[in-house]
Amino acid sequence: MDAVYQLSDLRKEYGARTILDIAALEIHAGEIFALVGPSGAGKSTLLRLLNFLEPPSSGRIVYRAQTLNGNVPIETRRQVTTVFQRPVLLRATVRANVAYGLALRGERADRRVDEMLERVGLQSLAHAFAHKLSGGEMQRVALARALVIDPQVLLLDEPTANLDPYNVGLIEQIVREHNRARGTTVVLITHNVFQAKRLANRVGLMLGGRLVEVQATPAFFDAPRDPRTAAFVRGEMVY
Amino acid sequence: MEELARGFVQAFNLIFSFEPALYEIIWLSLRVTGLALAISVIVGVPIGAALGLSRLRLRGLITALLYTGMGLPPVVVGLFVYLFLSRSGPLGGLGWLFTPSAMVVAQVIIAFPLVAGLTMTTVQGIDPALRLQVRSLGATPWQEIWAVLREARIGVIAAIVAAFGGIISEVGAVMLVGGNIEGKTRVLTTAIVLNTRTGSFDLALALGVILLSLAFLANVAMLQLQRRAGD
Repeated sequence: MDAVYQLSDLRKEYGARTILDIAALEIHAGEIFALVGPSGAGKSTLLRLLNFLEPPSSGRIVYRAQTLNGNVPIETRRQVTTVFQRPVLLRATVRANVAYGLALRGERADRRVDEMLERVGLQSLAHAFAHKLSGGEMQRVALARALVIDPQVLLLDEPTANLDPYNVGLIEQIVREHNRARGTTVVLITHNVFQAKRLANRVGLMLGGRLVEVQATPAFFDAPRDPRTAAFVRGEMVY
Repeated sequence: MEELARGFVQAFNLIFSFEPALYEIIWLSLRVTGLALAISVIVGVPIGAALGLSRLRLRGLITALLYTGMGLPPVVVGLFVYLFLSRSGPLGGLGWLFTPSAMVVAQVIIAFPLVAGLTMTTVQGIDPALRLQVRSLGATPWQEIWAVLREARIGVIAAIVAAFGGIISEVGAVMLVGGNIEGKTRVLTTAIVLNTRTGSFDLALALGVILLSLAFLANVAMLQLQRRAGD
């Protein structure tokens, strides 16, 4: 299977603190890869590195056969996008928010924006002010804004935390459909192991900045190799 | 109260008397303040934004200087500009003293710290996650800065409103550097001072009402802009 990312000896340090220390990890093209683990495990830091928002302190990120540790070309950066846990929307209408990524690329694709609004169930709110929406609606705007640019890699940083079951279900369905239809590689960070089980092809557990175990989803849940994974899957407190 | 009412009536009569001298004063007030405001915005907004976005070591000192500038007494500004532009001053060769140019310079010095300081504060107040989000959506560094400025637009308009209010009503500096010369450097505020001193309270009040009305109209226009920006 083609690797979209190949990470080796990847470290991220803030001052004297090592936040991330990953010996090796491959993320495959077209898969949904879930990262689970407690808060402070380094999951969001890894996502920022995968989105080239921060450079690693040391180690190597190979993205589609290109080694990228320094300045990442804008064309490469534009193939990857993140939906964060807290949707950060622009002070503008829903439609303008969804069209924002396209506008950055100098594209005007009204039809694509309309289709995406319909897909996330927000076509009736297209001209509403984005900051007046509910939390679930705002997150759907953020997801539509990310998907409309048709990224090669979609990074999701706990996108359904604090959302009601309806919005969780809807967002999961949209992500799954987009992954299947467009072959988009998805990296999902979630605290919810059940969500990882529902969505992911492979799951990894992170603890203290390190990857404990990466397995195909059935094996991760049914036959974990590491006792800490087994404990985490059982819902026990693991730090 | 009676004087106030008379002032309003006379203001109304004055406006519709189409007295050229009055319109000259109004026009000069708007020209001086408008030009000073435009210069302050063109220079102050980018500097304020850059300070708000940067992590310069000297930012603390620059912020302290800007905040001090926001509270500068206009008459002190007028005194410094006077000394600089007077014949024996370092910029005396320009020949600007007692001309509208000198008044613009004084007003820019008053308005610039307001525009730059309040823009900086507004930009600093923008959610830091916004920059990360727009970068993640593929923004170039310039697009990222533009996105922050767009989000800060309500605060930037408030900065412009504050600066406009500060200089349209300012009298000390323009009086010192302009000299209140009839037909040359007389603006609404200096004309009010002159008429009050000579006991022409009705005229002073009428000019005051005109000044207030202009300030009100300008603020209504900017508030409209702000409201539209907030929608």
